[in-house]
Amino acid sequence: MSDLLMNVVDWSRAQFALTACYHWLFVPLTLGLGIIISVMETIYYRTRDEKWLATTKFWMTIFGVNFAIGVATGIILEFEFGTNWSNYSWFVGDIFGAPLAIEGILAFFMESTFIAVMFFGWKKVSPKFHLASTWLTALGASISALWILVANAWMQYPTGCTFNPETMRNEMTDFWAVAFSPMAMSKVFHTITSAWALSGAFVVGVCGWMLLKGRNRDHCLRSLKVGGWVGLIGIVLTSISGDTSAVTVAKYQPMKLAAMEGLYEGEPGQSIVAFGILNPDKEVGNGEDPFLFDISIPHGLAFLATHDFNAFVPGIEDILLGKTRDEKGLVKKALSFEQRQEHGKAAQHALARYSDALKANDSTAMQQYKKDIDENFKYLGYTYLEKPTESVPNVPLTFYSFHFMVTIGGYLVLFFIVVLLLIYKPKWVPGRKKLEKAGYWLAIITIPLAYMCSMSGWIVAEVGRQPWTIQDLMPNKIAISDLSAGYVQTTFWIFAVVFTALLIADISIICKQISQKSKTDLDKVEQKPQDKKRRK
Amino acid sequence: MTHEMLQNYWWLIMSVLGALLVFMLFVQGGQSMIAGTKWVKRSLLINSLGRKWELTYTTLVTFGGAFFASFPLFYSTSFGGAYWLWILILFSFVIQAIAYEYRSKHGNVYGTRFYDILLHINGVVGPVLLGVAVAGMFFGAEFTVSKGKILDASIISQWGPQHGLEAIASWKNLLFGFMVFFLARTLASLYFINNIDDREVQKSQHNLLLVNAAIFVVLFVATCAVILTSAGVEVDAKGVAKWVDYKYLHNFLDMWWALVVFLLGVDLVLTGIVKSLLNKEWKGGIWWSGIGTVLVVMSLFWVLGYNHTAFYPSLLDVQSSLTLANSSSSQFTLTVMSYVSILVPFVLAYIAWVWFKMDSTKLTEKEIKQADEDEIY
Repeated sequence: MSDLLMNVVDWSRAQFALTACYHWLFVPLTLGLGIIISVMETIYYRTRDEKWLATTKFWMTIFGVNFAIGVATGIILEFEFGTNWSNYSWFVGDIFGAPLAIEGILAFFMESTFIAVMFFGWKKVSPKFHLASTWLTALGASISALWILVANAWMQYPTGCTFNPETMRNEMTDFWAVAFSPMAMSKVFHTITSAWALSGAFVVGVCGWMLLKGRNRDHCLRSLKVGGWVGLIGIVLTSISGDTSAVTVAKYQPMKLAAMEGLYEGEPGQSIVAFGILNPDKEVGNGEDPFLFDISIPHGLAFLATHDFNAFVPGIEDILLGKTRDEKGLVKKALSFEQRQEHGKAAQHALARYSDALKANDSTAMQQYKKDIDENFKYLGYTYLEKPTESVPNVPLTFYSFHFMVTIGGYLVLFFIVVLLLIYKPKWVPGRKKLEKAGYWLAIITIPLAYMCSMSGWIVAEVGRQPWTIQDLMPNKIAISDLSAGYVQTTFWIFAVVFTALLIADISIICKQISQKSKTDLDKVEQKPQDKKRRK
Repeated sequence: MTHEMLQNYWWLIMSVLGALLVFMLFVQGGQSMIAGTKWVKRSLLINSLGRKWELTYTTLVTFGGAFFASFPLFYSTSFGGAYWLWILILFSFVIQAIAYEYRSKHGNVYGTRFYDILLHINGVVGPVLLGVAVAGMFFGAEFTVSKGKILDASIISQWGPQHGLEAIASWKNLLFGFMVFFLARTLASLYFINNIDDREVQKSQHNLLLVNAAIFVVLFVATCAVILTSAGVEVDAKGVAKWVDYKYLHNFLDMWWALVVFLLGVDLVLTGIVKSLLNKEWKGGIWWSGIGTVLVVMSLFWVLGYNHTAFYPSLLDVQSSLTLANSSSSQFTLTVMSYVSILVPFVLAYIAWVWFKMDSTKLTEKEIKQADEDEIY
């Protein structure tokens, strides 16, 4: 690969990261707020209390504004697999394309059909039909997330497939293994429930601002009840699925786990760093201490990663040297980086010979080379790496992102518990009146914290798996399209400017909507006579 | 089902999705007509389209996803190669999505006029460039494909340095693109006539229908003439490809059923237009011309991919041309996807149900004026 091509790789990665980050700014609120407004409308449907209708409509407006920009940024992501990662699209399109198509057929049409009823159908369909449409919109968004996360999980843990040397690509052999892989399941639950938590924090934060301004106290109380519960349930389930995720990552992506923990040399009963400052001089194999300062919990990482306090957890240098863990948690010999590379080269050699045998129609030779390919293929990606350190992700970014995510996640658990206590058992919270204003401010500040926490999770997931587009099979530099760096650089800046401009408009509209509507009486819905008749 | 049957089946699914996408481009066609209209009338037009824009958007996304799943080599070759063409298409759809939601909202920073300009851009650029992209499948593109290159860390699909700009500059592609554009405008007028209950709008749309339909018919005849006289790539049983004169004409003659569907579609499109022009009270034109559009586009997809035809000819190396056989997913994946495709009629059914439910009362100026801010675009 020439330097020029490497630049294309960097710009293609930057463009994908840019669009993915912008997209993820809006998706979690769509996922969670969809559930929240569905619950609110259900309460309205059951009680026919107009106050709940007003509250539902308040949050629905914000949902609509957020949904549009999520859709806008999402289309780019889907097509970027083709525009910027054309080798990838062929190499694994047989597997990766299926979830995207299913997402379109099952989820997108559901969302786009029923969202029109949700916004414009109040006076056109029955309340029951409208409620069903609101739930179906929320369900459609979640199903959409499910399939795209299944696709993402497959890139992190390629399973249910085999390599076909005749077509030079991976082909699906077991759909259920792809759809229900442990990586997919933990990713789906962790991501979707974290979106509920973020949305809960958003609702609570907005209510905090309204309460600070002394506006619509009853509306805020109604919103806090639903937002608080959805947020708490979300963050508790996120914590539980986070534990499963850690075990899955430890098993299938040990290098990512090592980077998450800044762990270079592991040991049995490995401790976990609760807080640490990384040593900037630390490099693989230079013997320096990885941390300038750290507070560790003994046996913590061993337990987190394996549910065994005494298990061995390999560090970055262990993995490169070929150390892993057996089923009993003891140190076990595995393939070193160099040995993986040899296997990868053997696969590459056998593939070239297979192609020659195919042209010569030599079935005996084809059989022999196919056997060699099958034995060595899972290390093919290492062939394209030049040195061991190339297989190590960016440790500081992964480490700090992971620790930030966990810290804020823990904070959110406490935050939602306190919010619900203040609603249902205010007397249990000492000093609540003195700290009222501070509490409102805390709720407001929690909104950006929740977003940063959510984004950190994706940074851990995606930066932590570098340099692989597909774990162990295809590094980024092999996955790209035949483009010049200048082209991708140009589109990167176009998207950066456009998305930033749209984000500014999005935030401005949401703030304006909240500000304006909070000044109106949100215990009432302005009704025309025909609407009253219909709702009965 | 055999692999070949599945490939044919999935091409049929792609033809359905492609046809529905072209029909739904009436949203873009309508957006291209909002410039110069009075404020209240523009609001009527935009709100009428605004309740359908997500269906067009979703059909485009599903069309792309289904192409990725069923014919990944096309996805890999066309999208990565014709980079600028696809990026411009995507860009035009990005600005559409937010324009609807933001245009009438307080605090939208750039003003309503700005978002209306975005809608107008999407209304013109979207159909023209999607037409250019599809035309490339008939008239070919400048690429080569060598799957084995992935072993040497090279890129399997190679394109010329212009990366799609040359496709936009091709007169044949542009002819196709503008034909799609004027079809979209024609369908938009028929949709407005059906969907908006307003005398002034009805009158202006009937006038526009006459002009747009006339241009569309001329461009359609020219496009058909170019396609039917063009060479296409035929692939023999051994997979060897060669250029064949009048390939698409041969395909129509070899596949009589495709020709019947094509002619039936043309008849329906023209009936919808003519009847709407002759009878000003008749509002069913969108359905006649809409169904006709779907039939015509489906039949064009069939002559493009069936009968041993390469659906994406390479102008640089004919053996690199993409066919249903050499670009499709594996038999297993196509089988799995076929089970999912059983849901397509169900999806179409609930879309149709909701559409008729929502459109049972037609949009009026009164509804727009009385609606809450959240209920209008």
